[in-house]
Amino acid sequence: MFRSVFTDTLLRWVLQAGAVVSALVMAMIMLFLLSESWPVLQHLSLAQFLTDSSWHPLEGSYNLTPMLSGTLYASMGALLLAVPLGIASAIFIVYYASPRSALLYRRLIELLAGIPSVVFGFWGLTTLVPLVNQLHPPGASLLAGILVLTLMILPTIALMTYAALIAVPDEYIRSAAALGLSGWSMIRGVALPAARTGIVAGIVLAAGRALGETMAVLMVAGNVVQHADSLFDPIRTLAANIALEMAYAMGDHRAVLFVSGLMLMLLVMTLSGLAGWLGKKSYA
Amino acid sequence: MPEITFVRSRSILRDRLVQLLVYAAVLVVSGVFIWILADLVRGGVAHLSWNFFVDSPRDAGRAGGIGPILVSTALILLVALVVALPLAWATAVLLAEFVPATSKFGTIVRYSLQVLAGVPSIVFGLFGNAFFSIYLGLGFSILSGGLTLACMLLPILVSTAEAGLRAVPENYRMSAAALGMSRTATLLHLLLPAAAPALAAGLLLGIGRAVAETAALLFTSGYVERMPGSLLDSGRALALHIFDLSMNVPGGDAPAYASALVLVVLLLAINIVAMKLAYGLQRKRIMPA
Repeated sequence: MFRSVFTDTLLRWVLQAGAVVSALVMAMIMLFLLSESWPVLQHLSLAQFLTDSSWHPLEGSYNLTPMLSGTLYASMGALLLAVPLGIASAIFIVYYASPRSALLYRRLIELLAGIPSVVFGFWGLTTLVPLVNQLHPPGASLLAGILVLTLMILPTIALMTYAALIAVPDEYIRSAAALGLSGWSMIRGVALPAARTGIVAGIVLAAGRALGETMAVLMVAGNVVQHADSLFDPIRTLAANIALEMAYAMGDHRAVLFVSGLMLMLLVMTLSGLAGWLGKKSYA
Repeated sequence: MPEITFVRSRSILRDRLVQLLVYAAVLVVSGVFIWILADLVRGGVAHLSWNFFVDSPRDAGRAGGIGPILVSTALILLVALVVALPLAWATAVLLAEFVPATSKFGTIVRYSLQVLAGVPSIVFGLFGNAFFSIYLGLGFSILSGGLTLACMLLPILVSTAEAGLRAVPENYRMSAAALGMSRTATLLHLLLPAAAPALAAGLLLGIGRAVAETAALLFTSGYVERMPGSLLDSGRALALHIFDLSMNVPGGDAPAYASALVLVVLLLAINIVAMKLAYGLQRKRIMPA
């Protein structure tokens, strides 16, 4: 009896220690990003990242706006394409497909979600970039980045929308049918509004993915530091900038990259926090 | 009367149109998925051979194989799992079995993991570089890369294991308590075995995530393509090899296709098994034996 109480207490302590370490990882990440960015945050004002003349980190000018605009354009473009495709995919699975093809298509979307970003990037580089190049050189461009990102965030939107549509109470659907609503009128008038919060949560989560995605965009978007004037201009995103310059960055330059990492993380954390909150609200 | 038929036929027309658009979207998505797979198979299958799997890369990867890269990938994965699994499962057991769902401690741990799940992988790379490689002095090594990945895997391992444990019926715990089993014995002999399929599914998802990762390994486990001699050597992961071949090595397309094919087939297999496990679980819950 005494022994089992002892092992139980021991177990509890071991588990508690594990949980504390798990919870500390996030705090450590915060701490290290802050401490690495600290030198720059102390003697540069945040406004300089927006007002410096250009991005020439070796000469001490750190204008991040081209990267910010690149990140935003690429993410917005990808959302513009992925939201309708994702929602249509979910509607197909829930309302249009036979049980067999619904399962098949859902599996396909889940497998699409499992393809690594470097493979999307590689495929984009070898297949999409030459195609875009035929349309309008140079090929490695905002458009290629948007297309690759679309493929990567589509599963998130489709699966979250699917979960939200499945959770719409059956009596809503049956009442709609009793009122003579069918097909699209029922979906647009009843199902989509009832599932709205869950769908928005999925879109917000996907936006976070798109902002933080590094490798695939890095491989297809051309990485020129500039504000894009058209879909065919090459761009560089914040995340790609970190990946490209970390290898040789030193001193202030390195610290600036950590600042941009910190900004990226705060942005994505806000979005995923929002998505989590919306998600909880929709199933409450 | 004519007006009603007009409205009717217009709504039927609209229904048809929407259905057409939905089917078109599904065709596009499926088409692109098949296009990607077909491209990889077409570009890579000719380059695959037994030697490709065991040889060292030569001429910056243009010739030779991916032997050392597979070893490095496996070692990075091993380090990540050895560190992350005990932590994650201990956290999950604590959250599911020992602390009330609304307790302050549980809420803090769960919130912290939820935030961690949203951190972009490039930020994990920055952290791993600053903490493991420089602060702890591990340098560019398999150990740094593995530890960075371990941090990244925690949220998914914890959430799958916690869900699995919560799905174990309450009367298991009641019966065990009535028999006078200690909580440790209940956990080890009853709850963990009952949750095993969920733990395995989570483990596989974690492996898939880790094998697919590139950005977090760029500045932690490094680029060196030699056979690693120890965990403190730099080792190039398979995903990074694909990146390097396609971006930095002109004429590296054929081995890059072959490596991408290997990676994708591996990941599809892992994910399909994980899905089967998760699906089996669902069915068991709906139709108790």
